[in-house]
Amino acid sequence: MRKFDTKIQHLKYKVLRSVARHAWNDDLLQSITDIPKEIMPGKEPTMRCCVYKERAILAERVKIAMGGDKNNPNVIEVIDIACDDCPASGYYVTDTCRGCIAHRCEDVCPKHALTFDEHQKAHIDKSLCINCGKCAAACPYNAINNRKRPCENACKVKAISAGPDGSASISNEKCISCGACVYMCPFGAITDKSFILDVIDMIKKSEGNSRYKVYAVVAPSIASQFTYAKLGQVVTGIEKLGFHHAVEAALGADMVAYGEARELAEKGFLTSSCCPAFVSHVQKKYPKLAEHVSHNLSPAAMIAKYIKSTDPTCRIVFIGPCTAKKMEFRLEHVRPYIDSVITFEELQALFDSKDIDITTLNEGVLDNASYYGRIFARSGGLSDAVVEALKEQNIDFEVKPVACDGIEQCNAALLKAQVGKLDGNFIEGMACVGGCIGGAGCLTHGPKNKADVDAYGKEAMEKTISDAISIYNIGNK
Amino acid sequence: MKITICIGSSCHLKGSRQVVEGLQNLVAKHNLKDVVELEGTFCMGKCQTGVNVTVDGEFYSVTPDGVETFFETTVLPRIK
Repeated sequence: MRKFDTKIQHLKYKVLRSVARHAWNDDLLQSITDIPKEIMPGKEPTMRCCVYKERAILAERVKIAMGGDKNNPNVIEVIDIACDDCPASGYYVTDTCRGCIAHRCEDVCPKHALTFDEHQKAHIDKSLCINCGKCAAACPYNAINNRKRPCENACKVKAISAGPDGSASISNEKCISCGACVYMCPFGAITDKSFILDVIDMIKKSEGNSRYKVYAVVAPSIASQFTYAKLGQVVTGIEKLGFHHAVEAALGADMVAYGEARELAEKGFLTSSCCPAFVSHVQKKYPKLAEHVSHNLSPAAMIAKYIKSTDPTCRIVFIGPCTAKKMEFRLEHVRPYIDSVITFEELQALFDSKDIDITTLNEGVLDNASYYGRIFARSGGLSDAVVEALKEQNIDFEVKPVACDGIEQCNAALLKAQVGKLDGNFIEGMACVGGCIGGAGCLTHGPKNKADVDAYGKEAMEKTISDAISIYNIGNK
Repeated sequence: MKITICIGSSCHLKGSRQVVEGLQNLVAKHNLKDVVELEGTFCMGKCQTGVNVTVDGEFYSVTPDGVETFFETTVLPRIK
């Protein structure tokens, strides 16, 4: 069964695994310069022009696996020498053009940018073209293509452009660290910084969880991941890595749904605060709406805060599908609770760095949350949970949720909300298409993911949010 | 007196919520809110014997059905 969607992910994984292996062995510093050759031995190149360029890029990947550029606050980073400087010339006419006589392309062009040669074939005058795409849509032969960089295409907040040297450049003012470009770049030239070394250090220094305990807070989207093994085996694997215990972030989601329902009824209009990329987008692009973002912590931070209340000296690592979480945990109001963040990709690398074959392990258990907390992992789940939480608390408020699936839909809803024209009173904002299951840090993305999350939700022992979070008030009843 | 109930996954599946609720009710019934402090913790590392409960650090295994007996035979005598 496939472990990753793309060869880029696999390459990134090999680097992470190598770095982690040396870190566990306490010989990383001596081995740093050897890692590129370990991964790319021999004299023949397999991906680039020569082995030297391949190794030079691998050396950059090693740096990013070790935390990356400390001077760049963004966790998403461009490896300029890995960028292929893809052409980005916009709309152009291909040789599929038949030189027809209808010239629909000419008719729809608002800038009169189309001209025709003696064979009636179309040409676009780039000095006039505004890249509106109307000509491409009108051509019955699909003869007009848009040459756009995959990273720019993936970035729906328009944070990527070509830098002075032609390679991709990210505007940190616009970037929401969702990782869409990381997943889409066909050359793996954009990547997320890793904090696996911090996590390994945390585990080692805990001396087998005796000096302090290290907890893993696991995102519910895990239900659609590691599909080659059983979820219980992943849980045992996490504990074998050296974590004291794994707790569901979904229990934090139950807590959030409860709080968010109350906040919504109180304020009358609200947006969710679960997705850090969405929250960052609101703050950067719609600052006027920022006050309407729910004041609840995100589910991960919420459960981490609770765990720390039961065990103040512990360390907490969030394991999930999300690159934006790597930004969130460093925010002032989250920092006290979450100590580090890794992705599912990185978890796989950590397993293999310790030669843990999870398929051979006994099945552990992971059961803290309710159905509703678990379905936060997919688009629409949060809205369902808030509706349920209003009901369970007998709050008389007519909620009209707008579940935004992906940052483009978020944008559309936020634009309307800004001018008071949104048909709804609760925006569920998820930056990734599909919700968290579409996150860039997932090992695989597939059509079954949503069904996997729903099935996992139904397996939860607790059927209501109130029951799941009753432990929250353990001492105050 | 401090009673800690394990609320990790394994104990949760064995009924730690019911044990918590049982203890909360018994503490309230006996008017011991100022004497007994209840708290939860995620995993005590003894999943086989769950639901795990400690009373001032001493381990006990309690089932949802056995909460009342546990309270009467272990908790109450310690208070008196």
